[in-house]
Amino acid sequence: MDKFSYINATSLKQVTSLLSDSGWGEVMLLAGGTDLLSELKEYIETPKTLINLKTLPGMDGISENANGIKIGALTTVADIAMHPSIQQHYTVLAQAAASVATPQIRNVGTIGGNLCQRPRCWYYRDETVNCIKKGGDLCYAVDGLSKYHAIFDGDPVYIVHPSDIAPALIALDASIKITGPEGDKTIKVEEFFTLPSDNPFRENVLQPNEIVVEIQIPKPKLNTKSYYLKAREKGAPDFALVSVAGVFEMAGRTCQIANIILGGVAPKPRRSTEAEAALTGKMLNKDVCTMAGAEAVQKAQPMNDNAYKVTLTQNLISRTAMMAVS
Amino acid sequence: MASWGEASQSRLIGKRIARLSGKDKVTGKAKYTYDINRPGLLYARILRSEVAHANVLDIDMSRAEELPGVKAVLPIIEVGKKLRYQGQEIAAVAAETDDIAKDALRLIFVDLEELPFVVTKEDAMAEGAPQIRDWVGNKSNPGTDERGEVDKGFNEAAVTVEATYHTPVQTHVCLETHGHVAEWTDEQNLTVWASTQGVFGVRDDLAGRFGLPANQVRVITEHMGGGFGSKFGPGVEGHTAAQLAKITGQPVKLMLTRKAEHLVAGNRPSMTQHVKAGASRDGRLIAYDMKGYGTGGISSGAGFQAPYVYSVANRRTERFNVTINAGNQRAMRAPGHPQGAFAMDSLMDELAEKLGMNPLEFRRINDSNEIRQAQYTLGAQEIGWHRRNTIPGSGTGVKKRGMGVGSGLWGGGGGRGTQARVTINADGSVEAVTGTQDIGTGIRTAIAIIVAEEFGLTPTDIDVKVGDSGPGLRSGGSGGSQTTASVAPVIKTAAEAAIQKLFEHVAPLLQAPVDDLRVGNGTIYVASDRTKTVTWNQATGLLGMESISEGGNWDPELREKDVAGTQFAEVEVDTETGNVQVLKIVAVQDCGLAINRLTTESQINGGVIMGLGQTLLEERIMDPQTGRMLNANLEDYKVPGTFEIPEIKSIVFDTHRKVTGVGEPPCIPTLGAIANAVYNAIGVRIRELPITPDKVLTALAEKKA
Repeated sequence: MDKFSYINATSLKQVTSLLSDSGWGEVMLLAGGTDLLSELKEYIETPKTLINLKTLPGMDGISENANGIKIGALTTVADIAMHPSIQQHYTVLAQAAASVATPQIRNVGTIGGNLCQRPRCWYYRDETVNCIKKGGDLCYAVDGLSKYHAIFDGDPVYIVHPSDIAPALIALDASIKITGPEGDKTIKVEEFFTLPSDNPFRENVLQPNEIVVEIQIPKPKLNTKSYYLKAREKGAPDFALVSVAGVFEMAGRTCQIANIILGGVAPKPRRSTEAEAALTGKMLNKDVCTMAGAEAVQKAQPMNDNAYKVTLTQNLISRTAMMAVS
Repeated sequence: MASWGEASQSRLIGKRIARLSGKDKVTGKAKYTYDINRPGLLYARILRSEVAHANVLDIDMSRAEELPGVKAVLPIIEVGKKLRYQGQEIAAVAAETDDIAKDALRLIFVDLEELPFVVTKEDAMAEGAPQIRDWVGNKSNPGTDERGEVDKGFNEAAVTVEATYHTPVQTHVCLETHGHVAEWTDEQNLTVWASTQGVFGVRDDLAGRFGLPANQVRVITEHMGGGFGSKFGPGVEGHTAAQLAKITGQPVKLMLTRKAEHLVAGNRPSMTQHVKAGASRDGRLIAYDMKGYGTGGISSGAGFQAPYVYSVANRRTERFNVTINAGNQRAMRAPGHPQGAFAMDSLMDELAEKLGMNPLEFRRINDSNEIRQAQYTLGAQEIGWHRRNTIPGSGTGVKKRGMGVGSGLWGGGGGRGTQARVTINADGSVEAVTGTQDIGTGIRTAIAIIVAEEFGLTPTDIDVKVGDSGPGLRSGGSGGSQTTASVAPVIKTAAEAAIQKLFEHVAPLLQAPVDDLRVGNGTIYVASDRTKTVTWNQATGLLGMESISEGGNWDPELREKDVAGTQFAEVEVDTETGNVQVLKIVAVQDCGLAINRLTTESQINGGVIMGLGQTLLEERIMDPQTGRMLNANLEDYKVPGTFEIPEIKSIVFDTHRKVTGVGEPPCIPTLGAIANAVYNAIGVRIRELPITPDKVLTALAEKKA
């Protein structure tokens, strides 16, 4: 990696002020570092300054009340995975967190970093390949090898968003609190992520002088069931080929509300409105769930090497929905 | 006649004994080449080609040389030469810190004229493909072999199968990457700590390169983190480390990065076989016709075994080596065998199915090896072969189970060329020294066991010194599963000679003839009068100012060669996700006398895991667009982890009491066993490794359609 200066953060104000004085990539934020360090080592990012966020007080921890929970951006993935109340009431989130990487990475990786992590695309991660994300003209996956790439919403950049936690948060209708020089704002996690057609260089709406500070999740109703299913080639560590975050409000075997968010298939976590429509108001059984999976992939546009993801997505949605009645 | 004696007489040999270096390894005390630090150590790195094919027009090292902390910059390729693959060495830097060395590499400017390249064998063989070498085409002349009457065989065949089987390039993934620490103690004496499987090979190579007498190069490998056939010589990185140390007059450490390890440190070549085979109604394999291709990257040597294991009199084979712009192959654990075994065992199952025959019965008919015949019976019992689907894919539910079988063979008989010395000192201490190296299979412990058995001591009483050319006791490289069969007979005869010498000192004291003396548990006693006894230390005390130091000889009576192996796999395939979970492997491995049953089992376990990786996960992915390896890391080049490793029942099938090597053979039968089990589970055959979810799902979808 190139040389950089290193600053221990003392306040959010200081951080946003340092960020405001620089352009993209000049000052970067270090939390767990599990993604950033590999980007630095591979010269994908070459910041002049790193700000260590771990010295900020009060940015980690999980607090809970009757309306929901708040998770500080510096909370580790491991703490989320092992939190008893999250396991019980926000199961999809605990399962998603537990599926991340390895215990070592979960112990240092943070939820804020997990949401802001960069794509795993093997062209993007190769310093010598000047793809669209790095200012070039091509998405190399289009004519290249695309086994792990997008089947939805790719144009013009066919990365998939690698986060496991993001689909779970969106399925739980979570919000994200962001701080910038103008103060705080809170938006839905779903609105946090962007498509390459809007901005091919970034995967979210965070401005260069903003920082994620907190995640807020409303408490699911008592009749809620939720699951995170992750298909991968290897037990661990491995990123999702396809993942499904499913949150279901059930009345007996009838699904009153379904939130189905897909990971690993698109440049951002993809809400499958098709699957949700096919499940909502239905008595869940094998046929209904299979149909929901089939509806979800109607608009899929597989590339040369990833048609299997269409089948996988379909099957995984169906399996997730069936869990709500098994 | 020399012999290892009866099993009932052995206190140690054949028992399960913990590896002597185990504690040091798990506590981090064991020093690998990576861990060697010397006063004034410099760190070296190599600048490598980022392109697959180019002319080198100019190399400007001036800015790198000016960087503070840089001690030397060494060009490796000459201007005007061609770079022929990603990762090829351009220049090297030695600096005060590793970070400075890495920074310096980025200050070397290389002017290249990029050339068209081919990085897959399909592209290399295509019409109009760029030719990598001026003097010979990308596709070699065929190697052909024809025996018997092939056409007649096909005419008589009741069933035939035609299929194409494919295995990709697999890299070695040594946990410790290749590397050296080189130090010149003066202008004429070089010491090198090397992560190698052949300390004497490295010594001789470096001595030749630097024009030194062999005894003025010392190579040390106390512990090493895996070689699998890729670490026999110093390679460019070893030469570079020694050269940089010479230039700077300081010790230099040069270890490969993980990326370089994938790119240039060797690989198992790929294989594509178009094969047609025929069998008679009564289940005899009677005709075989194979056309095959493989790529070993920029080098040749992409051979594989075909046909394999099973007898077929009428056969015709034609093979081509295909050159591509990628790092070259090196020997990899049982070179040519796993690929061949996957294709052959798949083919055998396909033929058996066409005949309506149990695949195990079909194998029995066509396998002339008696040991494997016995292994089929034992393995089938252990896995519960009767539970297997008689109709492939007939299991109900989403997760379907299946079973398969595969076979293998290997040589492993060892050979001459090992010198050893076993020393008994007056204080009772015992030293066993030889120039072999412990590649990880446990030869250090095996030596201690053999000597301790002869001396009536325990293995921890023996100070074993291996992995050092310094004492000048030569031994061969650890390859071909030859180490134990080469070393053990020499150690045994040396220990026998040494104890005889000690008996000569003890005989007068015990007033008994030498041939009436025996070793007990830390004692020496008179066989005909067991009341006459001395302790080990009383006996060695008689040596006074002397010590006993004896060499041994390689007695071929103490070893055997040619081993047979069979494995059975049970798998569970998730038909919705395409994931293959191996539930159990039964590995029945013929291995002769297991000096240490525990480390023998460990070798079998390791072989099975490596075979599983090749079957389900591993593949070097080359991008035809950029000419680059896309997964030169351990994220997208996937090796088995905890979740992939099944229950492994390693059965040490010891049919005789002669030593035979077993390092390589257990990785062979795994491929066919798992691939056949997948077919038995889902009723769709996957003829291309690795069997990943995309292939399973695609195959299932095609079956449905």
